[in-house]
Amino acid sequence: MKATSPVDAGKRRTTLLLAGLAVGMFAFGFALVPLYNLICQATGLQSVAVRSNGGPGAVRTGGTVVDNTREVVVKFDTSVHPNLPWEFAATQQRLQVVPGQMYEVIFKARNRSSSQVVGQAIPSIVPWQATPYFNKLECFCFNRQLLEGGESTDMPLRFVVSPDLPEGINSLTLAYSFLKLDEDAAPNRTNAISSATAVKSATPKGKSDVSTGT
Amino acid sequence: MSTTTMTHDEAHHHGAPTGWKRWLYSTNHKDIGTLYLLFALVMLFLGGASAMMIRAELFMPGIQLIDPDLYNNLVTNHALLMIFGAVMPAAAGLANWMIPLMIGAPDMALPRMNNLSFWILPAAATMLILSFVVPFFPGGGTQINTGWTIYPPLSVQVGMSMDFLIFAIHLLGVSSVLASINIIVTLLNMRAPGMTLMKMPMFCWTWLVTAFLLILVVPVLAGGVTMLLFDRHFGTSFFDAAGGGDPVLFQHLFWFFGHPEVYILLLPSIGVLSHVIPTFARKPLFGYRSMVGAMLAVATIGMVVWAHHQYTIGMSLGAVTYFMVGTILISIPVGLMVFNFIATMWRGAMTFETPMLFAVGIILMFTFGGLSGVMLAVVPADMQYHDSMFVVAHFHYVLMPGAVFGLFAGVFYWLPKWTGNMYDERLGKLFFWINVIGFNITFFPQHFLGLAGMPRRIIDYNVMFTEFNVLSSIGAMIFGLSHLLFLYIVIQTIRGGKSLKRSGAKSWEGAKGLEWEVDSPPAFHTWETAPQIK
Repeated sequence: MKATSPVDAGKRRTTLLLAGLAVGMFAFGFALVPLYNLICQATGLQSVAVRSNGGPGAVRTGGTVVDNTREVVVKFDTSVHPNLPWEFAATQQRLQVVPGQMYEVIFKARNRSSSQVVGQAIPSIVPWQATPYFNKLECFCFNRQLLEGGESTDMPLRFVVSPDLPEGINSLTLAYSFLKLDEDAAPNRTNAISSATAVKSATPKGKSDVSTGT
Repeated sequence: MSTTTMTHDEAHHHGAPTGWKRWLYSTNHKDIGTLYLLFALVMLFLGGASAMMIRAELFMPGIQLIDPDLYNNLVTNHALLMIFGAVMPAAAGLANWMIPLMIGAPDMALPRMNNLSFWILPAAATMLILSFVVPFFPGGGTQINTGWTIYPPLSVQVGMSMDFLIFAIHLLGVSSVLASINIIVTLLNMRAPGMTLMKMPMFCWTWLVTAFLLILVVPVLAGGVTMLLFDRHFGTSFFDAAGGGDPVLFQHLFWFFGHPEVYILLLPSIGVLSHVIPTFARKPLFGYRSMVGAMLAVATIGMVVWAHHQYTIGMSLGAVTYFMVGTILISIPVGLMVFNFIATMWRGAMTFETPMLFAVGIILMFTFGGLSGVMLAVVPADMQYHDSMFVVAHFHYVLMPGAVFGLFAGVFYWLPKWTGNMYDERLGKLFFWINVIGFNITFFPQHFLGLAGMPRRIIDYNVMFTEFNVLSSIGAMIFGLSHLLFLYIVIQTIRGGKSLKRSGAKSWEGAKGLEWEVDSPPAFHTWETAPQIK
């Protein structure tokens, strides 16, 4: 294409500019990869790894920041509803924790009856103001628990106390109460929970079913 | 493609070349416009067939006709065929046909690139169809069960059909970027002497903005799917948290493209409306300048509010508030456009031929879809509506009237110009009524389904949702079949014959603009000497 007339020169210039813009936007897509992390870190918008000062509704985990200047006491309390024939207790009654660091505590449960029983643990935190800052990474309370007659099990809890925990709180209590899930009495609720569990446990299997095709 | 010995001059200054070469080697904007429109029509029926299968499966609770992966593949294909196959090429077809006629240019600025940008499309469509077909063969891998958003990590695990899809998206992207460059270059350099930008017909303005949006966002999507391809095959981890990536990044890349895409689909139809309504109200368009301004505002704000599709990913309150306010702001310029159309009709001498029926229908139903859009923009409400059938109802109410009905209006409006024959007005009106009634029976109940909690993209549903789903499926069959009537009308009009009236140069009494000064059908080459605009 020879640029002979002014119109042709104009066409040529516009075409090149626009082609450059398209290529530039393609590059911009890739530039977003590092930019995305930078923006999220700078503004605390969101990233899976780092979430910090959000608003009141945001989840506060503190991420990887460890605040070594503070120590907080976490106490564990357990109770079992009378309808559940189980023993349930934490292996530790209390733990000194550094905010931002991860801890693991084992809870023991034993089925005293001779038949299969399904239970569900319900957590609560005192004082309640600390609830958004107590982040459970793994908890037996996420799923229902099934114990055969006479079976006993060790159940782990992994948690991080966020460094954003308000200054006034130096001690908090995590209380679990274990309830029996009665399949007949509350069918809807049981179904909802069991289907949620089924999805979770099916994920690794589903993953292997999906061939990568490579 | 074979190397051709035909030079540019051979085809020039003669009538149309004959046979397959006329179409394959075409550099004529009218022929390429026709090709685009026919391609879009084929894709409309393929996408419609997928939709019919989805609705047939959802007719009753339980799984009757297809398995869940195939269902999800159909949902994926329906979206991609309709957006990339039907609406965008149809709008590009209108642009190819009408822009040179409207601005008094002999052809598009880059005729050969025009040929390229069309002929990439059949290749891309083939790749897209292959992605659907391949899983049926042994060793073909799994179906694309991700939906058109192809979010990782699921899209990383899908079989080889995902690779076909990724390359199809690349090709479609190249095609639309090339077409957009061509349109902008034409509009900026080839307007008839005296036609300033602010005298340009509205359809040209809408396409100028659309083409800029395309150039700005389609390459970002291409980048995103390229990263996906790398994650799948070359061991990178752009979106793999285990390797330091972030799956949410893909959602940002996708919706950075995906939200402006909504306006890319909408704006050409707004352009068509800006011609149809003044023609049949016999009044000039109310507020030309404010229309241009509103459109630029929509495009600008529309570029920076993409994350309202992702409220549930866990953004901070500040971020969701920004995206919420930005999204709601868009309703102001869009409302301005709607009011301009209403003001154009106000005290006009209106008649209701098929294009005008569609135009009035668009104003009513698009506004309705916009209203449910404002509901969805509000964060606490959206947390409830997210991924429910309410969202499906919302975006079909904006995209069917906003994009597809606008294209129908454009086709009925300009079909007499393209073919020289008036379509059968009685059949046109019949098509409008069946189409619009079918559409509303299909999608209106889905609002209630969504509000009652029925999730989208899932093959099965609770029996409590049965009645509305039956209604919706019956509506969908009416709606889907009505397009056969459209096909019949188009074929009948192209063939002509004694039953149809001939169209003069000016097909409509109230029509204004350069395109009505050339014959119907226009000669193979028009405006070889540019008209002078006062």
